[in-house]
Amino acid sequence: MNNAPTQNPESHEPVISPPWLRGLTRRRVLGGAAAVGGMAVLSACGTKGQKAQGGQTQAADKSDTEKIVNWSNWPEYIDVDDKTQKHPSLELFTKETGIKCNYTEDVNDNDQFFAKIQPLLAGGQDTGRDTFCVTDWMASRLIRLGWVQEIDQANIPNLKNLDPTLRDVQFDPGRKYSIPWQSGFTGIGYNPKSTGGKKIETIDQLLTDPSLKGKVTLLTEMRDTVGLVMVDMGIDPANFTDDDFDAAIAKIQKSVDAGQIASFTGNDYGKGLSSGDIAACMAWTGDVVQLQADNPNLGYTLPEKGHMAWSDNFQIPNMAQHKKNAELLINFYYDPKPAAMAEDYVNYISPVVGAKEVLLKEDPEVADNPLIFPSDAVRAKSHVFRALSQEEETAYNAKFQALIGA
Amino acid sequence: MTAFAGLERGSQGPAQPPPDSGKTRGRWTPYFLLLPGMAWLAVFFIVPVVFLVSMSLQTGNIVDGYELTWNFGTYGDAITQYWDQFVRSFIYALIATVAALLIAYPLAYAIAFKAGRFKNLLLVMVIAPFFTSFLIRTLAWQVILQSDGIVVGIMEKLHIISLLQWLQLLPTDQVIFSPFAVITGLTYNFLPFMTLPLYASLERLDPRLLEAGGDLYARPFTSFRKITLPLSMPGVVAGTLLTFIPAAGDYINSHLLGNTSTTMIGQVIDGQFLRVLDYPTASALSVTLMATIVILVAVYVWRAGTEELV
Repeated sequence: MNNAPTQNPESHEPVISPPWLRGLTRRRVLGGAAAVGGMAVLSACGTKGQKAQGGQTQAADKSDTEKIVNWSNWPEYIDVDDKTQKHPSLELFTKETGIKCNYTEDVNDNDQFFAKIQPLLAGGQDTGRDTFCVTDWMASRLIRLGWVQEIDQANIPNLKNLDPTLRDVQFDPGRKYSIPWQSGFTGIGYNPKSTGGKKIETIDQLLTDPSLKGKVTLLTEMRDTVGLVMVDMGIDPANFTDDDFDAAIAKIQKSVDAGQIASFTGNDYGKGLSSGDIAACMAWTGDVVQLQADNPNLGYTLPEKGHMAWSDNFQIPNMAQHKKNAELLINFYYDPKPAAMAEDYVNYISPVVGAKEVLLKEDPEVADNPLIFPSDAVRAKSHVFRALSQEEETAYNAKFQALIGA
Repeated sequence: MTAFAGLERGSQGPAQPPPDSGKTRGRWTPYFLLLPGMAWLAVFFIVPVVFLVSMSLQTGNIVDGYELTWNFGTYGDAITQYWDQFVRSFIYALIATVAALLIAYPLAYAIAFKAGRFKNLLLVMVIAPFFTSFLIRTLAWQVILQSDGIVVGIMEKLHIISLLQWLQLLPTDQVIFSPFAVITGLTYNFLPFMTLPLYASLERLDPRLLEAGGDLYARPFTSFRKITLPLSMPGVVAGTLLTFIPAAGDYINSHLLGNTSTTMIGQVIDGQFLRVLDYPTASALSVTLMATIVILVAVYVWRAGTEELV
């Protein structure tokens, strides 16, 4: 135990500076700290802008020596073998390329994930992740902040299979910084048991039908909730003004004030919808498809006037250690066969052309589900929320948050 | 009680008596022993609070950065805008604390005096919910309170639902997504924090005092009022603080069990930090919440008389 700190009082270790401590009381120490911490310290902790300032964004790529790739994704968002709890498509990836994928389900929420990676990326550090999947608007914010690297499309020849409608998105023309993993629609889910057998077919009905009072939930994702209401009001979410936004907020506010809305939720509406405590709600396609497996009575509507569409996208953060391996991973999932393997389990909408043909042979029930492989007519009615500037994003979020926290 | 170590911050309790400086050789020992605690306090309390206060006075945005502009206006705006949520948080926390006290006192009393050999088992059962996460426990209440569940069925039969509607705690005929559900969740989640300090103070009670009371012709109720209750006051004060403080800042229960008009201040702060990215407003709200709780606790502890507690 030679290393144990000596606490022999005779040694008078100069650990504490005597004058400062003479007559030490808690109050004095706190008071002193407060004084020291006062003006000077307060002024010193101004925060620098977090946008990447042209510093180093690329790390030396270890892909060729370390055959691994670290991928962060949302929970239940990839195929799982019920018996072994492993991911067959990832095992296939390792078999084909020799690269081991460390798959982590740590993206539960775009905003929380942002909070998790923000300090690292703002400081120009490696996040320990080579790729992650986030929703369009978050992908857009990360591009704006300069926190993600340009993806080398030469490593992804299969990108030719990307659904043509997703190739040129407003926030990332040419898909230089983001490549879709899964897409989905936002529409209306309802439980006929609680609606008295009634179908819920429009957003207006959701917001105003007195028989649903207090049993409706909307989503905490601003773009889904406000977007759907805009579409219902005849406003195009891809092209709107501040006044349009305010009008949509006002419409939701009226419904909140009337006690129509029980709450705003993430994807935790599932249980309430199944039990009937939520009669109707804004809901994501893949969630409802999965809920319908246990409760076939649940209804889902994509409103006649149109619905919202979104994607979760692969992005490669700055300083990623295995960039090329991440690109090979993306390339692998743009081959229709692995895409179909994942799709068969995930039940959202695959951006990979050809996945449906593979599934028609292997699992026709999934392939024929219009919520998983929607028809062109349905796709034509989908809307995308336009990219926002930083000022707009802050202002709109503040208004939406005030609405949720009424 | 260790629970009070952190509490003295707010209570401005009496400073520690000066260490015995008669012997030169032992003069620095107390300070040396204080060092780990002070370091902990500095790193995990003082520094974050300084950052928080600083952030609340800055202006800017996440892309261009923040600058200290001594913008006290943030406080005014934040408090005006979220006044309702502040008041609501304290009311809910107060009701939950009183409810927890009413449940926990008999429970702790029974465990301390009547449980016999089941004492340890019962104590484990009080703590057992902590073996799973806070979130899971709260989500479980969504199931317990769902409309076609047994609990709601019984409540309907006993007309509790009508009573709660009359008390304005239920906006509709469903129990979940209501102020009642939020307060229930808060009460449940913080109940062990109330039970354990109460148990600790009741358990130490000398039964001979009660016997003496009986010998002096006090009725059982009088003995309870004159002996048990006063002697358990340290537990009551500790328990109520340990329940009230976290309950006032809680944001999970109102998010999962409440509706749009049960929003508590913790939820607002969460939203401002994570979703709006308006760090100054979020910081101003946090500082205000903290200051309010410190004042409330200080007044409460002062009124209740801390000297006997520490």
